[in-house]
Amino acid sequence: MRKQRPELVSRPGQRQRARKETAAGYAFLIPWLLGFFGLTLVPMAYSLYLSFTSYNIFSPPKWIGLDNYVRLFTADPNFMQSAQITLIYVLVGTPITLLAALGVAILLNYRDKGAAFFRSAFYAPSLIGGSVSVAIVWRAMFNTDGPVDSGLNLFGIDLGGWIGQPGLILPMMILLSVWQFGATMVIFLAGLKQVPRELYEAAEMDGANAWRRFRAVTIPLLSPVIFFNLLLGLIGAFQVFASAYIISNGTGGPAGMTNFITVYLYKTGFADGRMGYAAAIAWVLLVVVAIIAFILFRTQKSWVHYSGDNR
Amino acid sequence: MTISSSSPNALVQLENQVDPDPKTAPRRRVKRKTWQTIIWFVALLTITAVVLYPLVWLFVSTFKPNSEFGQNQGLIPNSPTLDNYAKVMEGIAGVPMGQFFWNSFVLAALSVVGTVISSALAAYAFARLQFKGLGVLFAAMIGTLLLPFHVVIIPQYILFNNLGLVDTFVPLLLPKFLATEAFFVFLLVQFIRQMPRDMDEAAKIDGAGHFRVFWSIILPLIRPALITCAIFSFIWAWNDFLGPLLYLTSPENYPLPIALRLYNDQTSSSDYGATVTASFVALLPILLFFIVFQRFLVDGVATQGLKG
Repeated sequence: MRKQRPELVSRPGQRQRARKETAAGYAFLIPWLLGFFGLTLVPMAYSLYLSFTSYNIFSPPKWIGLDNYVRLFTADPNFMQSAQITLIYVLVGTPITLLAALGVAILLNYRDKGAAFFRSAFYAPSLIGGSVSVAIVWRAMFNTDGPVDSGLNLFGIDLGGWIGQPGLILPMMILLSVWQFGATMVIFLAGLKQVPRELYEAAEMDGANAWRRFRAVTIPLLSPVIFFNLLLGLIGAFQVFASAYIISNGTGGPAGMTNFITVYLYKTGFADGRMGYAAAIAWVLLVVVAIIAFILFRTQKSWVHYSGDNR
Repeated sequence: MTISSSSPNALVQLENQVDPDPKTAPRRRVKRKTWQTIIWFVALLTITAVVLYPLVWLFVSTFKPNSEFGQNQGLIPNSPTLDNYAKVMEGIAGVPMGQFFWNSFVLAALSVVGTVISSALAAYAFARLQFKGLGVLFAAMIGTLLLPFHVVIIPQYILFNNLGLVDTFVPLLLPKFLATEAFFVFLLVQFIRQMPRDMDEAAKIDGAGHFRVFWSIILPLIRPALITCAIFSFIWAWNDFLGPLLYLTSPENYPLPIALRLYNDQTSSSDYGATVTASFVALLPILLFFIVFQRFLVDGVATQGLKG
């Protein structure tokens, strides 16, 4: 935080001024404070409590201790599958999206003329990717006899529609997430623009080839942006819902392969009315996201370089 | 757009230089550059085609009669028709399409108002004021940026259910007026911090209070960021699915995404035309928004990421 300026500290009335500033600060924060405590912090505490109960909204919550959690991890194959496919989706989809975004950003950074057009065109899917409309389009495109299926038939590949097949629906969901690489790409592109040209020229003079320049100049200077995109990408991927729900018609099928954690949570809490159990699922999700964020923050020292900052 | 628009200039520049062998060396370099540009262009056009194909497919499919789905996967409809549009405008479940549109619009517009006001107030406090607890509260705000929203949906649902507010717009709008979307607060904080302090300090010396500084100096300065927030909150509210799915139960309250689900459910394969057309119609305002405001959207994302 910013330190008080020395000339202000000695001035009389300083304490009164600080008090006034505190009052103003909290006044400006009233809506946010209400939202933070009323709609985030207290509900979080309550959902933690609910996760130790059996609760169906009609009768009061009944304390059952760790039963929900024990059941999730030992006696609920649906949850285990849900956790598994969610992890695959996150751990495969996010790196591919990041690589696609970085690759295209580097391509766009090569030339300024015309780049603005492509930048916008690639960004569009990020805005609508999670919408129901796009999920419906995806469903139609990958259905049996849909454009993708018929397109592959032209090459003699007959997969027979991706929607109904347990082995193909997850790759299809990953493709849908990779398709939304645009927002990540825009952030990479802004980062690339900040890399000083002289560094590349100096590296070239020292005889570094393109790959070497990429490894030794681009990657280190871009590492804060990579870190940011990786963090937000992972966390966002855990929360995919609408597309999975629509593509499976709310079932999480075929064979539970679109039953992502959020879909399972929704079905458990709001379709089956098992609110306590659903709260436990939500807390497992929260803990996993927190662990991933923690690991990323802990390891960032070893690979994220902040220029002009010798912490 | 011309592919080689930059090369003539480069050629002139190079030929003006004193070169030991003016005929061959510079020309070869120019040629190589032109080729690189052409490859660059073709590569990006290919990616564009792949990325935009689903949207183009959606658009042209709205003109296909039902009988053509499953047979004609090409882009061009064999016998184009406007029947799908007529059918979609009639609506579904006894509710006309216009009603769904209106619901979506009301939700999105009020979300914009709530988000912009509450986030700007909070951002001013976080970015410009010094007070006890600032550090802790700012960290908490950043924390909610990473918090999976699903942890609070069950208690929030119970809360609004107990208040008798299910099947109203209140559960969907109240969070917007209370700045619960940390993304916007964070974006505005970053933007305000970039603004020079000279003007607000001058205003304070002239006796302006914090609200005056906020209203007359900061708000006009951060207008581009406010526009970015407004556009994003509009689009997100327009696209939101989980919220309305939880809270809205009667079809006359449904916004478009939930209404689309009706098409999708009832017509698993029989009325593709209406489903696809309704999807396109629902997407149309966003696509128009995007075309008009893309500069704000793209720049907004770029600033947000870089300062993180």
